Amino acid sequence: MEHKLTFKDYNEALKQNRLLGLRCQACGAITVPPRMVCGKCASPDMDVIELKGKGEIQTFTTVYVAPEGRQGEVPYIIVLVELDAGPWMMGNLTGIDLGQANMELIGKRVIMSHQVFAGDKYSAGDVARPVFSLQD
Amino acid sequence: MRKVAVVGVGATRFSGAQKKTNTELFAEAAMDALSESNLKPQDIQALLLGNALGDFSEGQSMVQAFAAESIGAVNIPANRYEGACASASMAIIDAFMWVASGFYDVVLAGGTERAATMGTSLATRTLAMFSDSRYEYPCGITFPAIFALLAHLYSKKYDIPLNQLKEQMAAVSAQSYHYGKLNPKARLRREITKDMVLKSPMVCSPLQLHDCCPFADGAAAVVLVSEERAKMLTSKPVYIAGVGQASSGSLVNQQEYLPRIRAREIAAKQAYNMAGLTPQDMDICELHDSFSIASLIAAESLGFFDFGASGKAWEEGQADIGGKVAINPSGGLNAKGDPLGATGAGQVYEITKQLRGEVEPERQVEGAKVGMTDTVGGEGGAVCTLILRRGW
Repeated sequence: MEHKLTFKDYNEALKQNRLLGLRCQACGAITVPPRMVCGKCASPDMDVIELKGKGEIQTFTTVYVAPEGRQGEVPYIIVLVELDAGPWMMGNLTGIDLGQANMELIGKRVIMSHQVFAGDKYSAGDVARPVFSLQD
Repeated sequence: MRKVAVVGVGATRFSGAQKKTNTELFAEAAMDALSESNLKPQDIQALLLGNALGDFSEGQSMVQAFAAESIGAVNIPANRYEGACASASMAIIDAFMWVASGFYDVVLAGGTERAATMGTSLATRTLAMFSDSRYEYPCGITFPAIFALLAHLYSKKYDIPLNQLKEQMAAVSAQSYHYGKLNPKARLRREITKDMVLKSPMVCSPLQLHDCCPFADGAAAVVLVSEERAKMLTSKPVYIAGVGQASSGSLVNQQEYLPRIRAREIAAKQAYNMAGLTPQDMDICELHDSFSIASLIAAESLGFFDFGASGKAWEEGQADIGGKVAINPSGGLNAKGDPLGATGAGQVYEITKQLRGEVEPERQVEGAKVGMTDTVGGEGGAVCTLILRRGW
């Protein structure tokens, strides 16, 4: 059985700032990031769709202690965003002072771009991730 | 299914970086467990060993084969379990099933790890491997960052102002350190006050250093036998009354339940149902306090306190020895440290010693008859619950 959307294709699209997801033919639910089957009803029959990447911050953290090889990135902010389409996505938040990284962020609307993690010896290549910024 | 008893336990001290190998650490714990069991290595029919990161910490995979050889359990079947911090609990649950089914009579289970030996930088990288390497790690997710995200979400969801939640979290940590000071097997054996927690360096907002358990090196082992065999070996068998286990995928896919970890609620329900018991019946619980916020979240999902109310309960002493349920009288992961592969076995070691009345008097839960262990791997990738009860 083939995947309707592989990590490889998702990754390549995200590098073009395109957020791809899967809409279930059986129940209509949207699944992103991609899986073999629908996240809600487990049907493998899904269509690839493009999502807008806009949504609302649900939670956040500012990371001060870096994993090996990423010392140059700290401090950075990780957010969980509820997309307007429904699913939650993990990404980074840019464009604000660290002092603004507080509970006031929760509920703020964001738009999406991307950044590529170049990878390390454990990562099987480079991987793009969503990078959000405040919409205003 | 037959009843299954823990007849012997052993554990090394959990410590900072040290020079013994994973094989050596486990061998020490195993021989102590066997000696308590009145059994010999030749009696063991299988070894089920938790070890999450031996490949990275010492370039050693398949440590279970070398451990079996070292202790003289010649050619026995030996399995490795990788469930992050829940590895040893997974191993013990499997051991329970193999003995309960009648396939084996005597199984040695437990775990070993050298997480402290790896150093912070490599440990931070490798512990992040329990998250989604495609969809989470590129964002720079780390193990503390997962629980930091849950902490802010908890504050929002239960409408607890963040500074108030941080005070509650600090109370949890301070309690752990208080008991850890009394536990010769703990890594951190000093008093750390609420104030010291709140002044420690920020790791991932809002978690500060002393909200976070330290990495540790260490091992723990338990010997599981059938009821019939247990009666020949000890007058104090500790029966496994219930087990439960569940898995989860990535954090965002748990969106309906966060900050609750759904997998824990499923696993705990299985264990309570199997044992025919409720949260009120638990005298002690060794739960997964990888971070102070994790304790609050755990205690609620395990049914001890209402959702959003456990911080207040902790401040009122309800999680203390003498409170509603004694939580982490060992010092928990926060004071003992987290040697991932061994942690779950360390919890079973503690419950067993408590039920037998064999721990230091200042942290003994008097008259304890029933105890629970709760272990979470990663962001809910593996969640295990065990309920143990006195067999005398």
